[in-house]
Amino acid sequence: MSILDWFANKKNLDKKKSIKNIDKLNIPGNLWVKCPKCSEVLFSKDLELSYKVCSKCSFHFRITPEERIDYLLDNNSFVELDKDIKPVDFLKFEDTEPYEDRLIKAQEKSKYLDAIIIGTAKINGIPVNIGIMNFFFMGGSMGSVVGEKITRIIENGIETKNPVIIFTSSGGARMQEGILSLMQMAKTSAAISKLSSLKIPYITVLCDPTTGGTSASFAMLGDIQIAEPGALISFAGPRVIEQTIKQKIPSGFQRSEFLLDHGMIDNVVHRKDLKKTLKNIISILQAQEENK
Amino acid sequence: MAKSLEFERPLLELYDKIEQLKGLSNGNDNLADEITQIEKRAEKMRKEIYSNLTPNQIIQIARHPNRPDSLSLARLICDNFFTLHGDRVYRDDPSIIGGIGFVKKSRVMLIGHQKGHGTKENIYRNFGMPHPEGYRKALRLMKLAEKFGIPIITLIDTPGAFPGIEAEQRGQAEAIARNLKEMSDISVPIISFVIGEGGSGGALAIGVSNKMYMLEYSVYSVISPEGCASILFRDAKKADIASLNLKITAKDVLKLGVIDEIIKEPLGGAHNSWKKVASTIKRQITKDLNEFNVQSEQEIKDQRYNKFRQMGRFTS
Ligand SMILES: [Zn+2]
Repeated sequence: MSILDWFANKKNLDKKKSIKNIDKLNIPGNLWVKCPKCSEVLFSKDLELSYKVCSKCSFHFRITPEERIDYLLDNNSFVELDKDIKPVDFLKFEDTEPYEDRLIKAQEKSKYLDAIIIGTAKINGIPVNIGIMNFFFMGGSMGSVVGEKITRIIENGIETKNPVIIFTSSGGARMQEGILSLMQMAKTSAAISKLSSLKIPYITVLCDPTTGGTSASFAMLGDIQIAEPGALISFAGPRVIEQTIKQKIPSGFQRSEFLLDHGMIDNVVHRKDLKKTLKNIISILQAQEENK
Repeated sequence: MAKSLEFERPLLELYDKIEQLKGLSNGNDNLADEITQIEKRAEKMRKEIYSNLTPNQIIQIARHPNRPDSLSLARLICDNFFTLHGDRVYRDDPSIIGGIGFVKKSRVMLIGHQKGHGTKENIYRNFGMPHPEGYRKALRLMKLAEKFGIPIITLIDTPGAFPGIEAEQRGQAEAIARNLKEMSDISVPIISFVIGEGGSGGALAIGVSNKMYMLEYSVYSVISPEGCASILFRDAKKADIASLNLKITAKDVLKLGVIDEIIKEPLGGAHNSWKKVASTIKRQITKDLNEFNVQSEQEIKDQRYNKFRQMGRFTS
């Protein structure tokens, strides 16, 4: 249901994008970007060097999986797994356009086959299993491929004993795969249960946005749950709530800091501090394991 | 008379006519013949209507105000049914019921979403849409059942999770997620029946089961057709096309491998005979429990895990 909200965001984002496009001042050799939150005009090279976080207001821009690899993992340590798994339009789903066409477009635009990449990597020398969702691929929605790859990176963690870290950014279950999308919630959660029984650390980093079926499954099952600042994290998003039950939404509702206040996550961590935080958490959790 | 469904109207008109003729006849033989004729026609029409239902019509039956609810079914299915309440943290959520009892000689823990039949009751039951404490109550009862080796039966009938501020504040995403995780590893058998609406995460939160069934005119979907229509089709009125695309009927969900079997309903839908529905469900429970009786805890867990593990379609 919260996917309603994802679309609301998408529309906003599209709006922002068009504003951003106007605001890109194409001075030869230079590129400027306007912060959607505080309107500060930022030099895009600076923005990239500062983890794509606004230097004035700390607004965290959404980033691609490559950028996340670049910011958070040891250089050249990422080895992608199961990269050839492809989605199928098995329901022959057609709304304003066929699912098959949507997939082709998303694949061409993003250069990925679906909304997640998984692999092994190192964080300050510590081997880890990583899953990174890609919001730019159909809103990071979870269909069979996302569910399968999450499950496989967890299963791989069960074999290798590597801690598993998943960066979530997703509007929820992918409607175009119907009931089988819903079943991915059960499948991934069951795999986490196995991982958990073997005492292998499972850490989730909730990025903007994490909603619907994604939040109501693997995102909210971390041994430790961290969120990037200002991320929308919910099951039913603000728009659905406003529309269906006409409740007025309090400010900051369903943002990372709100969830921290309400006991739903362990901490909110700035993107520049994420790598050292993850390293610290893993070394503490794993040290306990080694002492046995 | 119960609220009539739109597509049943021609049928109901025939029934009206029969009643009128019966009033007029007073033992008149000519009329009696005609009445029999019309009755035959009505029966034929009823069969025709019910063998060609569209997904949208099936949704209407699934949401019928007189459709049997979980608590009523629980009392028809179980002997000595005793209700259990509360999540021990916040409150008792009336949109999920639970309790213990016997099905024949077997002990069961029965848990289900609870809708109401009138407006007042529906408001009390929040139209069968749980808050987090509902899922947490369900999990508490499942853990209790596991502790005492009691098989779990769940009856699924919800439009979905509740899109409200409090439900979000108290962490419904976490509550649903936790149920999915914990249910996957419960050592007693879990048997689920979608009895009306299987709406999204709110349904799945009590549906990670060893055996899964759908009543013939129930639906199971990742999102309500209305929700899907307003997002993907940009028009809430296109729920009809959305429901076709989403493949939410028992037949479709069976084809996708998500349920084990379809449970037949009395002609004209479950609302025509709660007792018949209850006894069909009861028969299925008894049959399954006999099978599970000879299985070890590990076998029960593995069967459930492997079932969900293979769900999904992709190529590589
Ligand atoms: Zn800013």
